[in-house]
Amino acid sequence: MAKLIETATTPLRSVEVDVVTLDLVENALRNARYEMDEVLFRTALSPGIREQHDEFPLIANREGKMVVGQFGLSVPDFLENFEGTIEEGDVLLTSDPYSCGGSISHANDWLVVMPIYFEGRIISWAAMFGHMSDVGGKTPASMPTDAKTIFEEGIVIPPFRLYKKGELDHDALKIILNQVRKPDWNRADLNGLVAACRTAGRRVQEMCARFGVDAFDSALTALLDRNYQAMKVLLAMVFKDGETISFTDYIDDDGRGHGPYELKLSLTRTGEKVLLDFTGSSPQAEGPINYYINENLVRMFFGIYMITVADPQILWNDGFYPLVDVEIPKDSFWQPKYPAALNARNHGVGRIFDLFGGLLGQNNPDLLNAAGFSSSPHFMYSGNYTTGPRKGEWFQLYSVSFGGIPGRPVGDGPDGHSLWPSFVNIPCEYLESYYPMRIERLETVSDTGGAGLHRGGNGVETEYFFLEPGTIAIHDDRWLTYPWGVNGGEPGARGRKWIQRVDGTKEILPSKLIDVPVYPGDVLHYITWGGGGWGDGLLRDPELVALEIRRGLVTSEGALRYGVVCDENGVLDEAATKKLREKMAGERVYPLPTFNMGPPLATILERAFEETGLHAPVKPVPLL
Amino acid sequence: MTYRIGVDVGGTFTDILLMNEETGETFRAKTSSTPEDQSIGVLRGMERACQQAGIGLDQIGEVLHGTTVATNAILEGKGAKVGLVTTRGYRQVLQIARSFVPGGLAGWIIWPKPEPLASLEDTVEVIERIGSTGEIVTALDEADVRTQLKKLSKRGIEALSISLINSFTNSAHEKRIAEIAAEELPGIQISVSSSVLPELREYERTITTVANAYVQPQVAKYVATLESQLKGAGVQGKLFILRSDGGLVSGQTAGQNPVSLLLSGPAGGVAGAVWVAEQTGYRDFLTIDIGGTSTDVALVQDLTPRVGRETTVGDLKVRATSIDVRTVGAGGGSIAHVPPLTKALRVGPQSAGAVPGPAAYGAGGIEPTVTDANVVLGYLPTVLAGGEISLDKEAARSAVQRIVDATSLDTVEAAAAGIIDIVNENMLGALRLVSVQQGFDPREFALVAFGGAGPLHANALGVLTGAWPVIIPPSPGVLCAYGDATTNLRNESVRTLIRRFSDTTDDKLKEMLTELATSARVPLTMGDIPESEQQITYSGDLRYHGQGFEIPVTIDIDAFDGKGGGLNALRAAFDAEHERLFSFLLDTEHELVTIRATASGPRPEVVAPVLPEGSSDPSEAFVNTTEIWAQGGLVNANIYDRGKLKARNVIHGPAIITEMDSTTLVLPGHSATVHRSGSILIEPLGTNETLEG
Repeated sequence: MAKLIETATTPLRSVEVDVVTLDLVENALRNARYEMDEVLFRTALSPGIREQHDEFPLIANREGKMVVGQFGLSVPDFLENFEGTIEEGDVLLTSDPYSCGGSISHANDWLVVMPIYFEGRIISWAAMFGHMSDVGGKTPASMPTDAKTIFEEGIVIPPFRLYKKGELDHDALKIILNQVRKPDWNRADLNGLVAACRTAGRRVQEMCARFGVDAFDSALTALLDRNYQAMKVLLAMVFKDGETISFTDYIDDDGRGHGPYELKLSLTRTGEKVLLDFTGSSPQAEGPINYYINENLVRMFFGIYMITVADPQILWNDGFYPLVDVEIPKDSFWQPKYPAALNARNHGVGRIFDLFGGLLGQNNPDLLNAAGFSSSPHFMYSGNYTTGPRKGEWFQLYSVSFGGIPGRPVGDGPDGHSLWPSFVNIPCEYLESYYPMRIERLETVSDTGGAGLHRGGNGVETEYFFLEPGTIAIHDDRWLTYPWGVNGGEPGARGRKWIQRVDGTKEILPSKLIDVPVYPGDVLHYITWGGGGWGDGLLRDPELVALEIRRGLVTSEGALRYGVVCDENGVLDEAATKKLREKMAGERVYPLPTFNMGPPLATILERAFEETGLHAPVKPVPLL
Repeated sequence: MTYRIGVDVGGTFTDILLMNEETGETFRAKTSSTPEDQSIGVLRGMERACQQAGIGLDQIGEVLHGTTVATNAILEGKGAKVGLVTTRGYRQVLQIARSFVPGGLAGWIIWPKPEPLASLEDTVEVIERIGSTGEIVTALDEADVRTQLKKLSKRGIEALSISLINSFTNSAHEKRIAEIAAEELPGIQISVSSSVLPELREYERTITTVANAYVQPQVAKYVATLESQLKGAGVQGKLFILRSDGGLVSGQTAGQNPVSLLLSGPAGGVAGAVWVAEQTGYRDFLTIDIGGTSTDVALVQDLTPRVGRETTVGDLKVRATSIDVRTVGAGGGSIAHVPPLTKALRVGPQSAGAVPGPAAYGAGGIEPTVTDANVVLGYLPTVLAGGEISLDKEAARSAVQRIVDATSLDTVEAAAAGIIDIVNENMLGALRLVSVQQGFDPREFALVAFGGAGPLHANALGVLTGAWPVIIPPSPGVLCAYGDATTNLRNESVRTLIRRFSDTTDDKLKEMLTELATSARVPLTMGDIPESEQQITYSGDLRYHGQGFEIPVTIDIDAFDGKGGGLNALRAAFDAEHERLFSFLLDTEHELVTIRATASGPRPEVVAPVLPEGSSDPSEAFVNTTEIWAQGGLVNANIYDRGKLKARNVIHGPAIITEMDSTTLVLPGHSATVHRSGSILIEPLGTNETLEG
């Protein structure tokens, strides 16, 4: 347990904060949080953070409860696990998921935590983590898909004081940076994280000076309480007392040939509280897909879904946490035993959104979206230039790709977009200017979005043409199970990858791989998956389907799934459409199922090789 | 000919300001805008202003115009049907739009994705490819180009945009396609990305080029119509249009690059603020322009507005140089509401708009707006000076009562005060974006407040920012027209380099800058400004090699001594900015991304008007006394008629100063001093109230 050094001795007073001041503080905190993003984006060097925005900030109250931020983390868990003193001017750093209760979930994420002092006491906390493109270890980008332990995943930094009373620990930083392949990137990105936290610190101090420290602290308490009260009403409104609802989704494989992994989540409301229970999920994986999840993070994910729809302007925060109990079985996918490998947990991080969507949407039509682009597929490429002015120089790329947003109650899912806030793709011209590659194609793939009244977004095809020899790595999923549709909507298409070798051979790639050699002239076809459809596709406006054919987003063949008959130029045949729709409706069983996950799992496994060119994974077994 | 005329066309009114360059005497005219053809309203207003001055239209030397034609085309979605030509494999560049979804986690659930400015069915790919260093990977297939363009011709496109991959390094293919398009699509205007924005990042370059094409036909037509109308009416002077960056260009130049006009309107306001603040002796200040639905803010340092490289209009963000104006959806019409779940008091971003407008306008509005709160608190007298509009205080009270009913606030006044506090805070948020968040301390700046509602909120914003004095310009409602009339001609030439410092030298860089300067001068020279009167400034966008964002830095051409002095000066200037913005430096090498040369004509020599001198006693302008709500209770406040105020008059708050198009609120504990230039300067009591000159 950390020992906090504070010189102020008088206790803070709890004061009444009027609704107006409360909104002023809320607004100022929101601004401070966005300013943190801005500072980091503008100073970071790694493309992952500067171009793609793979980072997450938060500001917490003095007890460490997040008042503003996203993806939180648990400051209390962090402090619980930190042995030592913390005083003014200290800035803490860690990358060890096992030492902070899963506040971060793989060693690529570097987490900076900073106490914010005002007049001799800790009044708040700022924290931010960012994904480092490389943290050393056996493979470039430090995410070996075949790892069995965290020791294979590069440097794991235990929580320590990077700055002691404002003084940087140069030696420690030197040791850390000596482990990684791109120390300049890590140094700049880390500088940016610290600068962002310090910016938050200044803003909080300004607020304390403006409103008074008692009022500021009381305002934070009141903001937390606002969430608590709102959530209490929502829970009673949305969930029946005593009823248990469950939802199950899958991760296809663990990178070592096992799968699919069953992820099960159940919810039961009892009185004013709900229980979120992960019991029934698959055991811990041998490969690195385990998602060591923090209980508070589960609460937060849950809260986001509930509150986004109720009052989008609200600053959601930790205030409602006492209303939510979380049960995570030990030695499971969600809480693997040390030293399990964790690097590929991004599929779990993504899939939990589908899990919550499916779980909560059952009773709440406003929240029921189809399955979306619930992952952040990674593509890596590295090597040494063999020719030209940069001959001998090391290049290394880490990038995140996107796919189809699901069909939603509000409308179609956007094609090729990000489910992650503030994430963007890396411009192709940037990639071509800084890496030995050409991007021959970047477009969404027609018909990959699930059919529905609201169509699922299309997945994206990227064609990477390599100009230098090197190796590539890929982290993706949903090559086997389908992104499901809802309310009569159909599933989206699965992801695919292959290399067209320069000698003309086609090599199908699994969704998770490392250290695959590529040569000049080889082309990687990298296709992400589509979003599921929402609602009955037979009810979609035929003119809209025709228009989408003209736009190249749907083909005339794909239009048949909507019962729409068009030629390939998108000219609608109304009579044939009417006839086809009647015929299709006649062959269906109504009501249409709430969830359409494609064929039964057994069938999917049976047909895996035939349909994907990849062998079905082996059923996971508990590890001894 | 000693008259210049400033013209600002807004959504509702067209403001005209006629200035006698020699005496500084001004004549104002306000007429209804004529959206179907804005030139009608413009000409009508000009005639009216000339009548007042007793001159003929033929005596006008120059017509200086801020226009929202381009802005409105974007906001109303009424631009041209644009065709887009891309490299094979990139047809969906606008559909994918960098994959960005706004909002927080789960924001995608509620985000309505806007349609691309150029539809996919109007987008074609051509066979060609240029590599990242400008090498031709695949030659342009001209037969394919013709086939594709014929498709677009059949689709009936009204404007064409061309944006190929890596064209910023080699524009040959784009230029050739433009030539072919001139044959295949005669009469269609063409926007070419390597001319509009020769910068790396294909999406940003494409959207900017498409936006240019989207507004071009309307802008070009408008400028041509206006020019011919002016000529027909006997105006012999030239027409100049104000760009987003605050510089004037000829009508013809404006028509070629209309994407640079998207913030022409707000730029006029900032330019006007520069003119006004200069008269009062303040060179560093924030500007805030508060209208009915939104508020625009900017920062001006040493009379030079800070310039940004991005322009945002509604959902659209393009890469075009503009005064760094930030907009928040908060204004007089912003609606206050209380979401039932959280019981929070929210103001905006929904607005009552012009119809039904605030409840106090008596046009059927029932939702409480910021204007209603101002009426309830007595800040907006129910009978405005001029007596044209009267406000319904009871309707305003019933509207604000809805907030009382939904919250724990116990009186209508408390609710109204809460609404004002919150909307002021939203505006403060915008002011912080351009000041604190850019490393500037607002307490070192003055605050110039204008727009219809600016002077009402200005004093409170001075308190929140610590920016003093708060300057209320004469005629705050027509400041844009003032800006149009008092700024200068400007043109810039840009080139993207992306070059590490070790890959260039002082001499090479100087040579490139000189070339840019030569091309920047052309339109000015064509506009009859002799080279001797043109001023050239240089700037560059720098970053540490590997960073994703650049910082604009002024380039000192005199430091280029051929021995590395120029690069050293650049390095030092960049480091100073980086330190100021982010409070740290890196050892990484510097990289020059973009360089630009800006040619400016001389500032017009316009004599400032001078008010007659009075004493500190303002009683000649006293109208009557009213009750207003301040600091939790009702207090008496004097109302003054601004038209009767004299230089050196001092008004102590609480007080209200009314004029035709605006109302100024002076809070208790503050004083407002009338400057001889006509501006009112508000400061906290106890600060130095005596003004120079």
